[in-house]
Amino acid sequence: MSADGAWETVIGVEVHVQLRTATKMFCGCEAAYGAAPNTRVCPVCLGLPGALPVPNRRAVELAMRAALALGCSVREWSEFTRKNYFYPDLPKGYQITQFEHPLAFDGELPVRVDGEVRRVRIRRLHLEEDAGKSLHDRFPGSTAVDLNRAGVPLVEIVTEPDLRSPAEARAYLSRVKQTLEHFAAVSDCNMEEGSLRVDANLSVRRAGSRVLNTKTEVKNLNSFSNVEKALAFERERQVALLEDGGEVAHETRTFDAASGRTRSMRGKEEAFDYRYFPEPDLPLLELEEGTVERIRAALPELPHAAEERLREAYDLSLYDAGLLAATPRRLTFFEAVAGDGDAAFAKQAANFVMGPVAEALNRAGEGAAEEDLLPAADLRRAVELRLDGTLTSSAADQLLERLLEEGGGDVDGLVASMGLARVSDAGQLAGWVEEALAEHPGEAERLRAGEEKLLGFFMGAVMRRAGGAADPGRTRELLREELGSPEEG
Amino acid sequence: MSPDPLTGLGAARRALEGGAASPEALLEAAAARNRALDEGPEPLHAFLSTVPADAPAGAGSASGPGSAAEPGGTPLAGVPVAVKDNLCTTGLPTTCASRILEGYVSPYAATVVRRLEGAGARIFGKTNLDEFAMGSSTENGAFGPTRNPRDRSRVPGGSSGGSAAAVAAGIVPVALGSSTGGSVRQPAAFCGVVGIKPTYGRVSRYGLVAFASSLDQVGVLSRTVRDGAEVLEVIAGPDRLDATCQERPVPRAAALEDVELAGSVLGLPEEYLGEGLDDGIREAVLELADRASREGAILREVSLPSTRHAIPCYYVLAPAEASSNLARYDGVRYGVRAEDAPDAASMFSRTRGGGFGPEVRRRIMLGTYVLSAGYYDAYYVRAQRLRASIAREMYDLFDAGVDALLTPTAPAPAFGLGERTAVPYAMYLADVYTGSANLAGLPAVSFPVADVDGLPAGAQLMAAPWEEERMLGLAARLEGLAGYAPGGLPEPASEGKGGRP
Repeated sequence: MSADGAWETVIGVEVHVQLRTATKMFCGCEAAYGAAPNTRVCPVCLGLPGALPVPNRRAVELAMRAALALGCSVREWSEFTRKNYFYPDLPKGYQITQFEHPLAFDGELPVRVDGEVRRVRIRRLHLEEDAGKSLHDRFPGSTAVDLNRAGVPLVEIVTEPDLRSPAEARAYLSRVKQTLEHFAAVSDCNMEEGSLRVDANLSVRRAGSRVLNTKTEVKNLNSFSNVEKALAFERERQVALLEDGGEVAHETRTFDAASGRTRSMRGKEEAFDYRYFPEPDLPLLELEEGTVERIRAALPELPHAAEERLREAYDLSLYDAGLLAATPRRLTFFEAVAGDGDAAFAKQAANFVMGPVAEALNRAGEGAAEEDLLPAADLRRAVELRLDGTLTSSAADQLLERLLEEGGGDVDGLVASMGLARVSDAGQLAGWVEEALAEHPGEAERLRAGEEKLLGFFMGAVMRRAGGAADPGRTRELLREELGSPEEG
Repeated sequence: MSPDPLTGLGAARRALEGGAASPEALLEAAAARNRALDEGPEPLHAFLSTVPADAPAGAGSASGPGSAAEPGGTPLAGVPVAVKDNLCTTGLPTTCASRILEGYVSPYAATVVRRLEGAGARIFGKTNLDEFAMGSSTENGAFGPTRNPRDRSRVPGGSSGGSAAAVAAGIVPVALGSSTGGSVRQPAAFCGVVGIKPTYGRVSRYGLVAFASSLDQVGVLSRTVRDGAEVLEVIAGPDRLDATCQERPVPRAAALEDVELAGSVLGLPEEYLGEGLDDGIREAVLELADRASREGAILREVSLPSTRHAIPCYYVLAPAEASSNLARYDGVRYGVRAEDAPDAASMFSRTRGGGFGPEVRRRIMLGTYVLSAGYYDAYYVRAQRLRASIAREMYDLFDAGVDALLTPTAPAPAFGLGERTAVPYAMYLADVYTGSANLAGLPAVSFPVADVDGLPAGAQLMAAPWEEERMLGLAARLEGLAGYAPGGLPEPASEGKGGRP
C-alpha cells in the first residue's frame, strides 16, 4: 500500500515551548525544572482563594522575541483569556491563555526539505501558563499532583495546514527548535524535560483536491523521530480506511512508541467546551511604543538568512551551510575562520569546523562553544597550511587534534616541532618506501606481482613512518613504480 | 457623657488617646456587645468568627503591626474593626460562609487587611455574608442568617450584611465589606449606616475571594461618611499583587471638608425614582434633594435609559465570571473534599455538589450556560455590549457637568427574613439601583437619609471614576442635611454629622 501519488497528506502542528524565565508567568515562584514536588508554589500558582495573577514582563518579552524570530506580526495589544476545564493538576479550574486576540499572528518559517525551501505559515503564537503534573505511578491506587510546573510560561505556536509529509513536519520542528533555542534563545526546547511539546494533526485527500478532510490529532509525541513515525502511521491508517470506503473519525489519538501505532484517546463528541472568556483579573496586554522595534533589533540573523548568505558568500552546499549556521556561535566562528577566503578556503574551513571541531564540541558537552575550544585565528592558519600544501590531510588531522587538546597554540611552531610539514624530497620518500617494503616482504612480493589493491596498504605504512607528512602524490608514484604487471608475474 | 468609642473613629480615638480605654479593652467591649446581641431566640449573628479575648495584635495578617504593617502612619491605632469573611486573614478562618471552605485558614492576608493592621487597626472578627457574596440578604450563608439590628425579624441586606449589622449595632465603629452589585450600599441602607463602594481599581482585590472579578471591589461600612473616607484612605492605592489596581492619588479624608455643596450639580435620574420604588423612600430622597437645592446645589433631572438592562446584564456577567472563579473549589488542594469518589470527575462533582449551597450552584450553572459554545455570543457578548452602553450613558452625564447622581439606594426598606428566598428574581431586584455603578466601575456611596415606617432608608451618590473625594465630600454635606439619627441605638459620633461645624 502506498500513500504517495494518489493521496496528498495535510499536516498542521502545534508546538508548546516553555520560556526560559527565572520566575513563573503570573507569580514570583522559581520556574526551573527539577525541584522536589510542590516546593515551588505560592498562593497564586496554587490557586488559593483570593490570589491574583500579575504578568511576568520578562515572559512577555521572550514571547515577543519568539514571535519575531518566527516571522510573526506582534499585536500592539493582546488579551488574556480563561480556558475553563476541571483537572486535578489545573489549580484554578482554568488556564490563563490567549484566544481571540493572541500576542502574535501571521508568521512564516522557511524550512528546507529535500533541498527545497518550503515556507510554513504560522497562524498564531500566544502566551499561556503551564499546568501542573499528575503522577499516576507514584502511589499505587492514587494520583499525585505536582504543581511546580503550574504557571510556568509557555508560548503555543500553531501552523496553518501547510506541511505535506511527516518528513516536512519533522524539518519544521527542527527549524522551530533551532530558531527558538539558539537564535531567539527563549527556551531550552528540551523534549525530554517537556520544555518543547508537540501535537500534530493530519488528514489526507486525493492529490489535486483542495478540500480539507476530517483530521485526527495525535498527542503524546516525545521526540521528533516519533512525530515522524506517528504521522507516517496515521497517514497509512487514514489512506487504508478511505480506500476501503471507510471514514476517518474526528478524534484525538495517542502515539504508542513501543508499537509504533496510534490509538484513539477521545472522540470529538467527548471534546471539552472550554467556555473561553476574557480574563477579568488582567488588563489588556499593551505594548509601549517602540517595543517591537527594540526586540527585533536585538535578534541575531536568523538561520535561513544566514544559510543563504553563506551559500552566496562562499559557494557552500546547502548541507554545509545548514550545519555551519546551526547556532549563532558556530556561524560567527566559521565566518571568523573563513574570512574573505574563496570557495576552496571556505570549504576547507567548513570541513574543519564540521569535522574535528564539532566532534570536540560534542565531547565538551552542553554549553561549550567553538571559540572556547580554540581561537578562530589558529584554525584559519591551519586552513592556510593545508591549502598551500604544507599539511597533508593526515598531518592536518594531527595538528587539529593537538590544537583542540591544548586550546590553540603556535600553529607554525607545532607543525615544525611535530614534524608535520609535508616531505616531498625524493630520496627521503624512497627511503621510507624501501623500509616499508622490507618490513612486509609477503605483501611486497604480491605488490610486485601486480596486486594493485596493496597500494593503499603501503601508503599507510609509509605515512606511519613519515608521521603523516609524506607527500601522498609522490609517495603513490614511487609505490606505483614497484607495482608489477600481473602478466609478468 | 462621652460618646461610645465603638460607634465612631473619633470617639474610639479619644478614648484610646485619653487613656479611658486600651485597645484590648475596646476589643473586650466589642466582644461583650457581640455576645449580648447573639443571645436570645433571634440572635444578631453578625460574626462567623472573632478573635479570642487574649489574642495578640495581628489576627488579620498573623504578624501584626510592625512586620506586616505597610509603611505609613497609624490613623487607626487600637481601633477594633470587622472584616467580611471573604477577605483573607491568617489568624481567623476565611469561609465565605460556605461549607466548601469550612475551617479554611488562609496562609496569607489580603492587602486591605495588611493595610488596616499597618494603620494600627485591630481585627475583631470576620463578618457573615451570603455564600461567596452571592445574595442580597445575608440569608444564603451556610452558617445561618444575620438579622437586622433595627428589626430582628428582618434581613440586614447583603451580601455584606454582617459588616453592616456589626457597625449599626455598635460592635465595631467600621468594617470592610465587598461589593459586586450592591453588597456594601444595600446592606448599609437596610441597617442605617454608610457604605462606600470605591472606583474599580481603587482598592486592591488581592486576598478578596473572587465572586465576579470585573465587578468586585472592597468597600467600607461606617457610621459616618467621614469615618468611611478615613478607612478608604488607609486601604486605597496601588498594589503590585493586583494588576487591575491602579496607580492613582489616594482620596484623602481631610479633603472632604473642602467640597462645597453650593454650585455642585446633582443629577436625578428618572429611572431611579419611578415605578417599583417605595413611596416613603422616594419622598425622603426628593426631600433631601430639595434641601440640597436650598443650600445652593443645582438639581438636574437626567435620564439613564439603559438602567433597565442593568439587572439582566449583571446576572449574565457576574455568574459567568463566578462559574470560572469558583472552579478552584474542587477538593484537590484545600477545603472540603468528598471522600470515596471512584475517580477525579466524581470527586469534583460530589465535592462541589455537597459543598456549595443552592444559590451558588444556581449561579454557577447560569454562568456555565451563558459561556457555553453556541450561547456565548447571545448572552455574554451581548451583556458586555449592554455594560458598555450603561457605562457610556453615565460617563456622558459626568462629562456634561453632573458632579454626582443622587438616587435611592434600594427600592424598599429591609424585608422580612425568608420573605424572598423562594423567588430568586425578587431578591435580585434589591440591587436594581446599585448594580450600574459596579457595571460601570464608578464610585458610589450610600448614607442614611431617613427612617421610613420605622426602618432606615438610604440615599446613594454615584460619581465619575476616581472622583471619591468630591463624591464623599458631597455625601458628607447631604448626610448633614438629612440629619439622620436612628432610634433605639447608640448615637452616632457627633463630629461626622451635620456637615460642617
